[in-house]
Formats: sequence, C-alpha cells, structure tokens
Amino acid sequence: MGSIELKNVRKDFGAISVINDVSFKVNDGEFTVFVGPSGCGKSTLLRLIAGLEDISSGNILIDGKDVSNVGPAQRGLAMVFQSYALYPHMTVRNNIAFALKMAKQPKNVIDEKVNKAAAILNLTDYLDRRPRQLSGGQRQRVAIGRAIVREPAAFLFDEPLSNLDAALRVQMRLEIGDLHNNLKTTMTYVTHDQVEAMTMADKIVVLNKGAVAQIGSPLELYNKPNGLFVARFIGSPTMNIVSGPAAAKRNAASIGIRPEHVDFSTSAGEWPGKVRIAEHLGADTFVYVDSDAVGPLTVRLEGEAPVKPGQTVYVTPQENRLHRFDRDGKSMA
Amino acid sequence: MATRQTAAAARMLVAPSVILLFLWMIVPLAMTIYFSMLNYNLLEPDTARFIGLQNYIDFVDDPDFIGALINTLIIVAAVLVISVVGGIFVALLMDQPIYGQSVVRVLVIAPFFVMPTVSALIWKNMLMNPVSGLFAWIATLFGLTPVDWFTNYPMLSVILIVAWQWLPFASLILLTALQSLDEEQKEAATLDGAKAVSYFFYIVVPHMARAITVVVLIETIFLLNVFAEIRVTTNGGPSTTNIPFHVFELAVNNNDVGGAAAGGIVAVVLANIVAVFLVRMIGKNLES
Amino acid sequence: MARKVSTSRRVAMSAVAWLVALLIFFPILWMFLTSFKTEADAYAVPPKFLFFHWTTENYVEVQSRVDYVLHAINSIVLAVGANIFGLILAIPAAWSMAFSPTKRTKDLLMWMLSTKMMPGAGVFMAIYFIYLRAHLLDSRWGIGFLLMMVNLPIIVWMLYTYFKEIPVDILEAARMDGASLRNEIIYVLTPMAVPGIASTMLLSVILSWNEAFWTLNLANVNAAPLTNMIASFSSPEGDFWALLSAASVLAIAPILIIGWFSQKQLVRGLTFGAVK
Repeated sequence: MGSIELKNVRKDFGAISVINDVSFKVNDGEFTVFVGPSGCGKSTLLRLIAGLEDISSGNILIDGKDVSNVGPAQRGLAMVFQSYALYPHMTVRNNIAFALKMAKQPKNVIDEKVNKAAAILNLTDYLDRRPRQLSGGQRQRVAIGRAIVREPAAFLFDEPLSNLDAALRVQMRLEIGDLHNNLKTTMTYVTHDQVEAMTMADKIVVLNKGAVAQIGSPLELYNKPNGLFVARFIGSPTMNIVSGPAAAKRNAASIGIRPEHVDFSTSAGEWPGKVRIAEHLGADTFVYVDSDAVGPLTVRLEGEAPVKPGQTVYVTPQENRLHRFDRDGKSMA
Repeated sequence: MATRQTAAAARMLVAPSVILLFLWMIVPLAMTIYFSMLNYNLLEPDTARFIGLQNYIDFVDDPDFIGALINTLIIVAAVLVISVVGGIFVALLMDQPIYGQSVVRVLVIAPFFVMPTVSALIWKNMLMNPVSGLFAWIATLFGLTPVDWFTNYPMLSVILIVAWQWLPFASLILLTALQSLDEEQKEAATLDGAKAVSYFFYIVVPHMARAITVVVLIETIFLLNVFAEIRVTTNGGPSTTNIPFHVFELAVNNNDVGGAAAGGIVAVVLANIVAVFLVRMIGKNLES
Repeated sequence: MARKVSTSRRVAMSAVAWLVALLIFFPILWMFLTSFKTEADAYAVPPKFLFFHWTTENYVEVQSRVDYVLHAINSIVLAVGANIFGLILAIPAAWSMAFSPTKRTKDLLMWMLSTKMMPGAGVFMAIYFIYLRAHLLDSRWGIGFLLMMVNLPIIVWMLYTYFKEIPVDILEAARMDGASLRNEIIYVLTPMAVPGIASTMLLSVILSWNEAFWTLNLANVNAAPLTNMIASFSSPEGDFWALLSAASVLAIAPILIIGWFSQKQLVRGLTFGAVK
C-alpha cells in the first residue's frame, strides 16, 4: 500500500518560495510523473516527499498517515537518484543489501532478497563488482535494485535517466515500465523530458514556478491543456500559438494548434507562408513555415513529404482540434 | 540544505571541536592578559600585584625587546626573500621536462620534513663548524679563510638554516601552482605566438601571484615563531634573540611571568596583523 | 601534449635541476653518511665522503646514550594519539560543515584557522601555568592533548575540503536507506573519505612529529619526543657528530618517508586548500 497525499504544501528557502501551496493525491499503485521546466520545483517536491527536506507548511500523508515531521528513514520510501548515488566503496551486493543491513534483517533473508532483485535486474553476474566497474545502464539498475529490495510503500525517481545516452534511455524507460507492471507499487517520477512523462505516466503533474499547473492523464493533458503553459509544454514539436486577427476571428486572445493538427496544401489554405526548413525524419516530416500573417509555424506531415525550402505553402488549422486561450492564457471552453 | 533534524545534529557534531578550540584560545589568552598586568615573579609569587600596563611599558622600553623585534623582522624578511625567490627558481626548473623529475622533487622537498632541532644541529656542527665543518674545508679549497659562522655571523647562520627548511615548502607550493596551469592554456599561448618571455610575464606570473601570496603569508606565520633553531644553536644572545625566544627567556630564565605575558601579547598582536590578511585571502578562495 | 623540447636542452635543464636538487638535499645526505663513520672520521679534514671505515656502532650507541627507544615511543604515541583523538573530534565537525552548512559555517572555518595562527610564545605562560597546576608537564596526555589542539584546525580544514568533494546524494541515499546519522558517518562517509582522511593523518603526524616549541618547553624526560632527544646534543660538552647524525637519521627517517609519500596532499593541507 502506498498512497501519497500532499495538502497545501509550501517550501520556502529564506524569502524565496520554491513550492507554493501544492495539493494533490497519488493513489496506491499509480505511476505519477512530475514534469516541468528546470527550476519549477519538481525535484524539491520529490525531496519533500522523501523527507530529505522539511516542508515549511502543509502536510504530507503516506497511506493516510501524516509524515510531515518524520525522518526520511521512517517514511518507508525508496529513492533512485539522478546521479544514482551508489556507494562507491561497496560491491553491488553490498549496495543493494545496505538498507536491509541498516534494518537489521537476518543474513539469509538479506541474501535471498538481494539475489532475487539481482535476477530481476540482470545483475547476478555483477554482484561482486564495484560501481565504477559498471556501465551507466548497469549502475542505473543497481540503483533500482537498491530501491526494490526494501519493498517500499512507494518509489521516488529523480530524473533517473538523464545521465544515459538516448538509446539506453529508451530501453531503461521500458524496463522501469515493466517493473511497475510487475510490482504494482506506487512510483513517483521526476523528469524535465515530456516524452518520458507522456510514455510512462498514469498521471502527470505539470509544475510551473512551484505551483501545480495541471494534473491529468497524458492524453488529457495533450487534448485538454488548461492553459498556454501546459499547451506549450506537452507535445512535440511544440504547439503553434497564434495571436492577433486569426485569434480574434475565433473570439480568443490566442489560439493554439498542434503541428499534427493542420491541413497542409501547396495551392490554397488559410495561412500562406514560405517553407524555411523541412526536416525529413522518415516516418514524419517537420516543416517550418514562415507566414507573414501569423508568424512562424511548425507542421508535422506523415511520411516523406516532398517539401523544399523557399516553396510557398498554405496551412489551415483543423477547427475541431483548435485550442482557444483567453487574455490570461487560460483555456476557453 | 537539509531537514531541521540534520541541521540540529550538525550543530551537535560541530560543537565539541568549536567549544574545545574556543576554550583553548580564550582561557590562555585571558590568563596571559591578566598576567601581563601583574608584577609577578615566580621566585616571589606572594608579592604579585596589579601594575596595569607597566609590563608593556617596561617591555617596550627594554632595549632587548627592540632588538628582539628587529631580529624577528630580519628573520622573517630574509627567509621570505630567500625562500620565495629561490622557490620560484626551483619551481620553474622542476617544471621543465627534465629526466627523473619525481626523484628531483623528492630530493628538493626533503629538508621540509626534517625536524628543526635536527637541521639546526647538523648545520651548526657538520657544515658550519670553523675547523672540521664542510664549509670550512670548501673555503680552504679556494684558498680562503674559513668563516666562524656562529661567532661572527650568528644571525646570517640562523637565517641560512631556517631558509633551508622553508625553501622546499615554497618550491613545492609554487611548483604545484605552476603545474595547475593547464596545458591548453599553454598551447593557446603558443598558438597566439607568445614568446617565452612574454608567456612568462603575462601567463605564468599572474598565475603564480596568488600562490606566492599564500606562501608569503603562511611562511610569515611560522617564521614569526622560529624558536628551536635559536635554542639549539646560539641559545639567544643579542644578535639572534627574537620575540618568542625573548618571551621564553623572561619566563624560564628570569621567572618574570608578567613580562613574559606582556611579550606574548605583543607576539599575538604581530601574528594577527599577518593573520588578518591570510584569513581574508583564504576566505575569498573558499567562495570561488 | 607536453611542449616539444630539443634533447640537448633537456639534458642541460636536467643537469641544472639535478645539481640544485642535490645541493638542497646535501645536508641530509651528509648526515646520513656521517652516521656510519667513526667519530674520528666524522671530524676528519679533509672530509671523507665515501671511503671511510663504515660502522653501525653509532646506531647502537644512540640507544645507550640517550635512550632512543623511549623518545621514539613518545614521538609515536604523541603523534598518533593526538591524531586519532583529533580525527574523532574533526570528522563529525567536518561532516557537519561540509554537508549541513549554515550562514556561519564560513566564519567558523575562518575562526578555526585563526586559532592556528596564535603564536605559541603568546600563550606560553598561561599554558605553562595550567599544565603546572594540572600536573600535565612532561606527561604524554598533556603534550598529546596540546598537539591535538594545535593541529585540530588543520585537521578539520583538510577534512572539510575532502568532504566537500563527496556528492551529498550518496549520503542522502544512505538516509533513504534507513541509516542513522551515526551509521551514515561510519559506513558511508568515512570509507568514502579514506584517501582524504589518510592524507590528513599524514600531514598531522608530520606536524606533530616536528613540533618543537611546546615539546622543548613542556616535556622533559617522560614525555619528551625525538625533538627533545636531538636538542640534548646541543650541549657544548657533547660534540659527537657521528652519534648526533645517527640519532638524527633515526629521528627524521620515518617522517621523511611519510612526507615523500604525501607531498601532493601536503600542499593542500598546508595552504588550507588555497593551492591545489
């Protein structure tokens, strides 16, 4: 069991407020991702939940129990750090066993749990090595192994994949997903990478400047962003935002349209423009268009579109996919 | 950043060191200041009485004090000049691509590890002895009259010994600083067409300036306290007694507690003048 | 890539460097040679460099004349003891300053440093009186405590600079793993900092071993370390150069060896991290 609930949590460093009145609930077994630009307070939020920092006011409940004043060791959570934070002087076996030793578990129980975790994570052959003799991906697995042997109420991941190269990142993403499916334990995951957030999460918490911008499932955020910030942050390439007459025509201060939600034509359409650059990715083509009417636009076309720089093209938003925002940047119904 | 719990624990853990050091500093200092205002002789302990600043006045009026102050400054200045100038030379030499660099390093640094009583006695006897000393023999090789170092030039002799101990220190620190000049910077300078001379003055000297300052300040702290070398060679005398030795003489030979304490406070003030600069400089370094 | 230098220049530079190095090292070499001479050879004019009657009798003589073993034991006990107690005090303090700094941490470090700069002569009278009353003169506990206090600021400082290089994440991981503060320091921080702690110990041993002002003034027989033993050779009636040399070799050899091994770390310790 491992639900996590935050009630009006604040964190101030001196006069600066880093987390500002944050409330939400993570249900037992849920995979929740905190996402936001750097400096939005997502890592601090995770550290508050972990107990590595004190909250300035509010309450944190784990399984319904108030742990606001409980030390990190007693919260029953396990954390995987961005740097992995492996103990460099211990073998893989001892790294994984450390928490169990601290909990004074009997030796045979420790051995059994360590071996089981190592088997799950393909680390059995590396148990007697030290962290510096491992590759990045293996270190990452040790960090995860160290977390799972504790059988925690919830896992906390602090940008765990950001030190891996792109290919490995995709692989580890899948492995963490598998792990969640197998263990069914609550996982809370911090990242600045919205692709990671979209692919892994049951629930995403988008943070902006220390406050919750929006909470929802990945597709809710994609389809119904509650404002400009989330609209821009979720989705890749970024949503096109247009203001001025085109927005006024639709009774909004600004409108947003995702690059994949436009009609593209070389003969006629609402917004004429010139192709600046076309990126051919094979499965997709990203076309960057400079439009005199509405400014730069990004268009995503399926397959290999025969588009050349300098070419005149026409972009028309699909009205049913259009997002409208008011003057404060909030979504309009 | 951490929790209140860790912050509280941290204060508890730092407390023993801080409290001990504080007591270690404040108790003797307070006692010394108190003693310095007494007319207190160990041979007549019952007659001790308060005399205000009289000890300081006596101490400063005492020609021995002025002599000791001058001797202190001479030792500091002379050893600084020899060790820093020599140190720059040695460091530059060792930074060259030479054969057996690590062995050279080991030989050069060695004197710094020799305890002061040993270096003083080895120099005084086996090198500087006017009859059987090695220097005397070298002088006769060149047809010169051997010098009776400690009789005729006691101060110079002490300076040579102390400088021999501190030259390695300066060399080692300056060499470390030199070696931290990264190769890329050296290469960039070469690509920019810098000649050896301009490279030295525009790149090396500014880079070394900080290290030189550190050497000067740290050596000064230690050189103000030269004691053992004087104790085992000249055992004082007007030409080599410095302030620490003078304080020692007042205390141990004259049993003049008040006078020694006043001298001690003068030594503290002197050291603090240097310490202020050193601490400020290291503090700046701590921020970067 | 190192700078390219012609071989002839390299040879010339090497010759100069070696000459300078040998000149600087010469007094130690001379002492070493003299320690194997008879007293007559030690005083010989012209001096005998290598072709003399080699003997080890001086080393035997040192023990019977000045009780080398007692002084050596004192030196070891004082230096090592002062060090161990110093580390026990300093490791927690350095942990606290490196990983849980407050606004005052920097001032605290600076202040510690400034206590190191207090001249011994300044507080000599007071310490002497305290030790006289407490019957600590010429006692190992008394001198050991003094050496510990004299070196404590350097020990804390050096450890602090080494601890600063340890990522705080790892300590936090230990906290998450349920380690108490005590276990965090004993099982995670200390083993990780072993190289730093070792170099700190080496520097502190060197400084304690060579400390002369306090030991000459406060120790006499029972607690007198090797510095005092050597000083006893300064009396004018005892001009035994070969014997003095043998005693000196015995007194400096351990520290010379330790020093050679730790020269790099030494720079950092002696300059309080200002030069690395």
